[in-house]
Amino acid sequence: MPKLPTAHSNWKSLLLPFIGLLFVFILFTVLIAIFEPDNLEAFLSSRNAKTVITQTVIVGIGALGMTMVITSGGIDLSAGSQIALASVACALTLNAFSGGDPATISVLGMLVATLAAMTAGAATGAFNGTVSCALKIPPFIVTLGTMMIARGAAEGIAKQSQVRTPDNTLQNFMQRNPDPEWLIFAPGVWIMILLLVVVAVTMRYTVFGRYIYALGSNESTARLCGVPVTRTRIIIYTLCGLLMGISGAMSYAFLGSGDPTTAVAKELDIIAAVVIGGGSLSGGKGSPIGSIAGALIMTLLVSGCGMLNVPDWSQKIIIGFIIIGAVAVDTLKNRRQIAS
Amino acid sequence: MVERVNTTAAPPLLRLDSITKSFGPVRALRGVSLDIRAGQVLALIGENGAGKSTLMKVLSGAHRPDSGSVEMGGQPLTLANPLAARRAGIAMIYQELTLAPDLTVEENMTLGLEQARFGFLRSQSEKIAAALKLLGAEDISPDQKVQTLTIARQQVVEIARAIVSDARVVIMDEPTSSLSGEDKRALFRVINKLREEGLAIVYISHFLDEIDEIADRYAVLRDGESVGAGLVSESTTESLVELMIGRAIDDMYPRPDHDLGEVVLSVNEVHGSPLPRGVSFDLQRGEILGIFGLVGAGRTELARCLFGLDPVSRGRIELHGNTRMKLAGFRPINALRGGLDYLSEDRKEEGLAQNLSITENTTLSAIRKTSRYGFLQLRKEQATAEELSRKLDVRCSSTSQPVSSLSGGNQQKVALARMIHHDSDIFFMDEPTRGIDVGSKHEIYELIHSLAAAGKSIIVVSSYLPELLGTCHSIAVMHRGALSEKRDVAGLTEHDIMVFATTGKTMPLERESDLV
Repeated sequence: MPKLPTAHSNWKSLLLPFIGLLFVFILFTVLIAIFEPDNLEAFLSSRNAKTVITQTVIVGIGALGMTMVITSGGIDLSAGSQIALASVACALTLNAFSGGDPATISVLGMLVATLAAMTAGAATGAFNGTVSCALKIPPFIVTLGTMMIARGAAEGIAKQSQVRTPDNTLQNFMQRNPDPEWLIFAPGVWIMILLLVVVAVTMRYTVFGRYIYALGSNESTARLCGVPVTRTRIIIYTLCGLLMGISGAMSYAFLGSGDPTTAVAKELDIIAAVVIGGGSLSGGKGSPIGSIAGALIMTLLVSGCGMLNVPDWSQKIIIGFIIIGAVAVDTLKNRRQIAS
Repeated sequence: MVERVNTTAAPPLLRLDSITKSFGPVRALRGVSLDIRAGQVLALIGENGAGKSTLMKVLSGAHRPDSGSVEMGGQPLTLANPLAARRAGIAMIYQELTLAPDLTVEENMTLGLEQARFGFLRSQSEKIAAALKLLGAEDISPDQKVQTLTIARQQVVEIARAIVSDARVVIMDEPTSSLSGEDKRALFRVINKLREEGLAIVYISHFLDEIDEIADRYAVLRDGESVGAGLVSESTTESLVELMIGRAIDDMYPRPDHDLGEVVLSVNEVHGSPLPRGVSFDLQRGEILGIFGLVGAGRTELARCLFGLDPVSRGRIELHGNTRMKLAGFRPINALRGGLDYLSEDRKEEGLAQNLSITENTTLSAIRKTSRYGFLQLRKEQATAEELSRKLDVRCSSTSQPVSSLSGGNQQKVALARMIHHDSDIFFMDEPTRGIDVGSKHEIYELIHSLAAAGKSIIVVSSYLPELLGTCHSIAVMHRGALSEKRDVAGLTEHDIMVFATTGKTMPLERESDLV
């Protein structure tokens, strides 16, 4: 009897999303070399690599939260609005902590602002989970409602405009070239990597993580086996919201201001990243590392299309086909597994 | 009660001759012949799994038979698909009603029938009103939404639909299973009307008392074969039961021979909504109690209520003498903590998480045993699953295989492995051998025995009587939501149990013991 780890997480399936990433990378390298050879150097530069990775952070952190939700058989359409709400909450808190002339912000202020962003996201997530479980409304509907509610709340507290803040260190978190230089990547990228490790360990090595897979695979079985279904679901949505909150703080860092109109339809990019990374919308399947690879593929596509001077409209078409193609490959692979 | 037409000389309206049908290696029908006559009610009886449903699916065009012939009024008839059956005038009234609740009575009745004929929707209300009047249901308006009607009235609408579509043969599958006594009377009046109109009715039922009341002729199926047919007036309940059973228990059942201990579970007047109705019994340590009942009698509902999967409306249980168990708000998680465990009858939809691995399924209900401070001990978990898989002989290449890749028997062993790993004191096993091969069945019986010998108490819910008689210490029978007194298996015969299950009449032994 071969000693393998459990079915949903053996080595091959861990690496597979990166094979997809590598494939997209090689494909664009070849295409650019043929059609736009002048841009090849720029595409392969470390500068571009840093840009792509930094631009992945917002969707990537969101995808980590969404991976838990989708693996448990749920969905969260309010992700984009949660990011906007959190970015506004972050900016407003920073302003509350600014003092003196010229205005400065203490480290404590930045910490509290990040916590405020996380709280805004977690509260929205807790609302999603509680309402969906208590009233037995499908999460698709509840989070569709929350998408509007959170967006409206963000616009309301921001008084329908961007929330500008005094300059502060938090704004450097999404700089392509970090200060100090030895960090190589922006602090936001390291935060994403840290969160990836935390979420991956949670899903793979904890009882809670096992419950996520069990719920998504078969809720009836989970209930039968004494899994606290309602409590687990509420925690999943709350954690998802928390991660959207962090993503919102990164969004503030990226834009340098709190923007209630940011991240519109971002939930779709996030869901696409999870699905490209091997997550199944019917639940029971999902991998945090895959989702990050999925998010990287999405950014790489945009970057590559830009270098190819492909117009915006055809970029969209290409990304659309990639999403369908990724899932098709996954489905075919599963069918072959079942056949053998 | 009913004047019986006795025109056996008339040629049958619909004749089935030597119908066979196999699904892979399973021979569901091994040669069934039926004569269905106009103006008569034919009762089709047989145990669960005797082939009644398959036969009806052949008649309604859902399955094509492998061999055999069907004749309608002397002409050969090919039932290629459901539409062909409907065109030939064969109407089915299913156990689960098939009306669309949001549509009106008229819309339901004409669904799929009239649009094609006219291109435009034309009101058929006169014809519909006439059909409803014929059935003595003038109070149902064709414009009424179906969801405003009770189940019994909806059934009348289904029957009226058969009349509107000019059906000549009406097949009713367990029509009284969800009806109360009064509604049953009303249904029988409707059936009598259909008979007077010269329709042929096939009445499928487990309940022999009903057959006595409503049917003219009977036909018995056993193991996919016609084993007897005749006039109801010339038969007795006993003779029908004999035809239904007609086989001996073989040696595949190990006999239990250990002593029983103290009472561990005491169930008092437990009511569900609507089933079960006031069930009480005691279960001893080491006891294997069989609960028999026909489909719809409420056996599964009883087990689900006691495990906290279905709501209990009232009643009490005592677990290990603990009298303060609350059944209100009782959930599987409480049941598991109290030392109860449940094997679902539905492995695919409920019993197992199909795309999780053998390991993950095995440890799910007792995950604390292979985790510490909320972190999984993956090695220990895998070792546990491997050991249990070996012990129960789960045939797999690795315990990280998803459960969906296993055969039915091996899946059931994984579900049993989970119960053993959780190590409760009392097991409810709902249809533990359903849909699995003979070899695995035998292994499961032996497992049940070794568990009981080790002091576990086991309730086996089954609709397969020989299995219960072979493996259990005692048996209780459910009939329409009520549970009979439990009786030692030694004094019971299949015959006694079947009489009770089909008629609700007390088992003869019980009467004797009442006198003592």
